[in-house]
Amino acid sequence: MSAMIIATPWIDFSALWKIIVVGLLAGAGLPALFAVGLRALNFRSGVAVSSDDAHVYGGNPAGLLVGLFCFAVVLAAIGWGIYFIVHSS
Amino acid sequence: MNSDAVLALVVITALAFDFTNGFHDTGNAMATSIATGALPPKIAVALSGVLNLVGAFLSFSVAATIASGLVQTGKVTLIVVFGGLAGGIAWNLFTWLAGIPSSSSHALIGGVVGSTIAAAGGSAVKWHGLVSKVVVPAVLSPPIAFAVAAVGTYLVYRLTRQVTNDARTHGFRWGQIGSASMVSLAHGTNDAQKTMGIITLALITHHTLHSGSKAPTWVILSCGLAISLGTYLGGWRVIRTLGKGLVEIESPQGMAAESASAAVILLSSHYGYSLSTTHVATGSILGCGFAKKGAEVRWSVAGRMATAWIFTLPSAGLVGAGGYEIAHLIGGTFGAIVLFVLLVALGSGIWLASRKTAVNSKNVNAEWTGSAGVAAADAPANA
Repeated sequence: MSAMIIATPWIDFSALWKIIVVGLLAGAGLPALFAVGLRALNFRSGVAVSSDDAHVYGGNPAGLLVGLFCFAVVLAAIGWGIYFIVHSS
Repeated sequence: MNSDAVLALVVITALAFDFTNGFHDTGNAMATSIATGALPPKIAVALSGVLNLVGAFLSFSVAATIASGLVQTGKVTLIVVFGGLAGGIAWNLFTWLAGIPSSSSHALIGGVVGSTIAAAGGSAVKWHGLVSKVVVPAVLSPPIAFAVAAVGTYLVYRLTRQVTNDARTHGFRWGQIGSASMVSLAHGTNDAQKTMGIITLALITHHTLHSGSKAPTWVILSCGLAISLGTYLGGWRVIRTLGKGLVEIESPQGMAAESASAAVILLSSHYGYSLSTTHVATGSILGCGFAKKGAEVRWSVAGRMATAWIFTLPSAGLVGAGGYEIAHLIGGTFGAIVLFVLLVALGSGIWLASRKTAVNSKNVNAEWTGSAGVAAADAPANA
């Protein structure tokens, strides 16, 4: 077994790679998902939108659905994050 | 010797440290939201203040981690704690004056370690814990946050290529507010707990609490209030450096940076690393600047900050040791009072010095001209 342990006393590699991988999934993945949601909401309006109604979304029901789903997942992840704070450390 | 009086001074000083911790670190969560206009400056610091207070109550498992993991607690006296706090406050105020986002946690740890060495020698310090739990994470966390933020920034720009600029800016402002709120919450949980741990340690040292006790409710409440008041006051000088000094930030970058910060801070604290929110936030902001085409990253500003980070532990340690010696050599309650008066004098002096180049909610986003301070002529009269 001891040969499998790569952690040294100074750097805990087993924690390090989890922080990097999960950090990438949550820290970069969630903004990316948010971006997908934003893109879906603006599916139709990607052509030319005057700055006045820049935040009037929709026009495409499928896009709206995908967008809302993405935002729901992001919100759920935030909820999980708060749960994580409360139940760790 | 009236140790009740010394205890009272230590508790007041600890809350003062917590307060400096709040305003020194407001920028970690809110600098990008303020810079992109996602939130008006005053609203941003108010939101962050409230979330810091909420964060202080989210997790109650306060152990005196800073002390117990890093120094032999048996060697710690009230005066040692006091000296440590003096080191932490001095370094926090000095770096705030210079507009340098440096780590409040490192300032506190450096101060406590320094005063412990002065009191009981180097053998009273758990050097292995100090390196593996504080120094190594401090070196690793900014590059990790940098990478996460860079990947996030690349992805969000790539995925929203076909979205108009206005719609994108508007959408990501909401994302920014959400992600910055998470960082504020995490900050309240992490940093308020550090002061709670210090006060609890002082109470145990004074035998008001039994060894191994948890923080009493009044400690949790007062620490939460101190850090949230400090946050609300807004460390505008530091906010300015983080939001305007390093990179010119757009809202998609802001969201990527804050999401990266929140993820790295929460994950690391889960594994028991006393990370600096400041180091992580800085790494994230640099990463979001690096990954956007055409964005200018002011590496010289980043370099100056990194230099300050290297000096944080030893400098706060020296002041902590000095503070301990002053109070110890004079001795008794009077020694503690002298140290307290010195700290108040230092704080007042630095505050006066800061008035010359005042930064506030009105001019925090002014064009970057090479330093955090805004020239007196440009500063609004009601600063």
